[in-house]
Amino acid sequence: MNKLNFLQPDKNNLNIYLYTGVILVALSIFIVFLNSFFNKDIISFLPGSISFFLPLISGFIGLHLIRIDYSGLKFLDSINKNINTNNFNAFLSLLIVFVIIKSLPPLLSWFILDANIAGDSKDVCTGSGACWTYIKIWFNRFMYGMYPNAEQWRINLSFIALAFLGTIGFFATEKFKKYLTLYYVVVYPVIAFFFIFFFISGGPIFFDFSYGIIAAVISIIIGFFIPTKFKMYYFIIVPITLYILLKYVFFYEELIELGKLEALEWVETGAWGGLSLTFIVSFFCLIFCFPIGLFLSLGRRSDFPIIKYFSIGMIEFWRGVPLITVLFMSSVMFPMFLPEDMFIDKLVRVIIAISLFEAAYVAEVIRGGLQALPRGQYDAAKSLGMGYWKMHILVILPQALKLVIPGIANTFLALVKDTPLIFVVGLLEIVGMLNLAKTNPEWLGFAMEGYVFASVLFFIICYAMSKYSYNLEQKYKTER
Amino acid sequence: MSDKIIQITEMNKWFGDFQVLKNINLEVEKNKKIVVCGPSGSGKSTLIRCINRLEEHQQGSIIVDGNELTEDTKDIEKIRAEVGMVFQQFNLFPHLSILDNCTLAPIWVKKMPKKEAEDLALQHLEKVQIADQASKYPGQLSGGQQQRCAIARALCMEPKIMLFDEPTSALDPEMIKEVLDAMVNLAKAGMTMIVVTHEMGFAKEVADEVIFMDEGMIVERAETKEFFANPKSDRTKLFLSQIL
Repeated sequence: MNKLNFLQPDKNNLNIYLYTGVILVALSIFIVFLNSFFNKDIISFLPGSISFFLPLISGFIGLHLIRIDYSGLKFLDSINKNINTNNFNAFLSLLIVFVIIKSLPPLLSWFILDANIAGDSKDVCTGSGACWTYIKIWFNRFMYGMYPNAEQWRINLSFIALAFLGTIGFFATEKFKKYLTLYYVVVYPVIAFFFIFFFISGGPIFFDFSYGIIAAVISIIIGFFIPTKFKMYYFIIVPITLYILLKYVFFYEELIELGKLEALEWVETGAWGGLSLTFIVSFFCLIFCFPIGLFLSLGRRSDFPIIKYFSIGMIEFWRGVPLITVLFMSSVMFPMFLPEDMFIDKLVRVIIAISLFEAAYVAEVIRGGLQALPRGQYDAAKSLGMGYWKMHILVILPQALKLVIPGIANTFLALVKDTPLIFVVGLLEIVGMLNLAKTNPEWLGFAMEGYVFASVLFFIICYAMSKYSYNLEQKYKTER
Repeated sequence: MSDKIIQITEMNKWFGDFQVLKNINLEVEKNKKIVVCGPSGSGKSTLIRCINRLEEHQQGSIIVDGNELTEDTKDIEKIRAEVGMVFQQFNLFPHLSILDNCTLAPIWVKKMPKKEAEDLALQHLEKVQIADQASKYPGQLSGGQQQRCAIARALCMEPKIMLFDEPTSALDPEMIKEVLDAMVNLAKAGMTMIVVTHEMGFAKEVADEVIFMDEGMIVERAETKEFFANPKSDRTKLFLSQIL
């Protein structure tokens, strides 16, 4: 008969150790579970502090007893390897499990069990849990802001169209793959801009948009029959000519007529809001801040003093001021410098301001990547006869940008989460709408639900972005 | 009559206050193979880096293939394209496959059609015997294979001159031979070569002339046989006695 040594469990008495340990751990979890879910304290007969620490101690001893190396039981081994490697880790694991068990009931009851979602007024919210009715009633406002209900299909349609156009890359055939970068860097942002500017904004300007589309479609169709040699000139000249012809010659009278009919109602940007505005602002700021940041980072390393000090000045200035003051100045100070009759839309100003602000951060992140490259890469590129731009585009930037994907993702996440600050110029994206809704006299006292709702939405957006950046990282891993 | 493809006269170079190259005079004729040797820190690498202007010289003149290298040489890229260079640390582009490493410059600098560039690259990769690795990435290759790829990459630009900056110093002894073999083949094909190296065996086999440098000066320049048989200066004798 082997001697039992409880301080040092071993394989010889596997079953005794295993059963004792499992019973102790199960007991400790059971006590905490009962306490937490059913509010029953079965060990309350023990003196105060002991009854509090007993589950922890018994679980700790139990985990110690089942910590047997190479027990031969797969499940036990994997537990030991992952959460039970030594006393300290066992203690931490136990603590985390207890905290989860303890915090589940209140969370569950707030989110689901005691929450209300039925009905359509504040009166149904009688329970102690969340009042999801509030979110349900305000959902439309949280998504679209003050955008007129009847016109919201325009936002939906634009977003769906852009989402669809954005996925084209996955379906492109081998032949078109090489144009994808051009498409995503130039064509797609332009299409997106036109959608937002003409379609969501609407008004008489919408006709320009229609003419643009007609001109583009016609010229692309004819374009298939033009010899390759002339294609470049063709695609520069013909669409513009067609557009001007359409606008000023063929349809000029009709435009005036139709203008009276108001085909698409004009919605000023002040009325845009909610989650859709969050998307619009984030999307354009992301698109603009990246190239600006790229050029600033290259400029900062330039040999030309003017470019160099301009870049340093830009970067340091935008990094040195708080975003909220930048936004404030963009709405109050900036128009003072413009001529009297010149007017730049509030939303455009905000997008420019945020883009410049974030570009400074992007620039420094990219500069980090540029500096991480060994000098030999520059030497090799130069020795092959590449000039500055060829060297950077073909050799340096592909490597540097790959290095800084995590840093850029970081900056972009921060950007998305900074968008609520645009409330200072009166633009209400989702958090702004929440703040507005919570001060509505009929719906006082539901701030909590609103913020939880916004947090969940932001989390989904940001988590998707961070996952995507991680995928990119994996995709471009070529070394070793 | 042999024409001089590189002419360096009275060239001086400083790094800050420190003078790395002192009064260098060097002429290289076409199709000659020159080996530059000397202790570390003697300015050998700096000298050949000056020839394709990866370093700028402050005094004197460097004329490569009829073009003088000065601060306002507008088409320095054109001159660099005619001067191939192989580095101690290979400096392959890690984000591109071996084949793409070789075709990148011909396609983008020389505007060669892709198909043609790939054929040319495979031809040169064949010569250095790594054509079978063409689709791999540099990180997956051994040091010797990487250096041979670097040689092929430089050759793809069809340069008139090849500069080698200690091409075997970062390699295992076993891999040195495969790289040297590639270089010997290249020399036999008639390329103009300037090689900074400590491989005296290679110098004896291939070089027309050997240059010995110390403390930024050319101490001795002689025909290969002469250089090893009767070195003139004491400094050279000391160096040779230590290295051989």
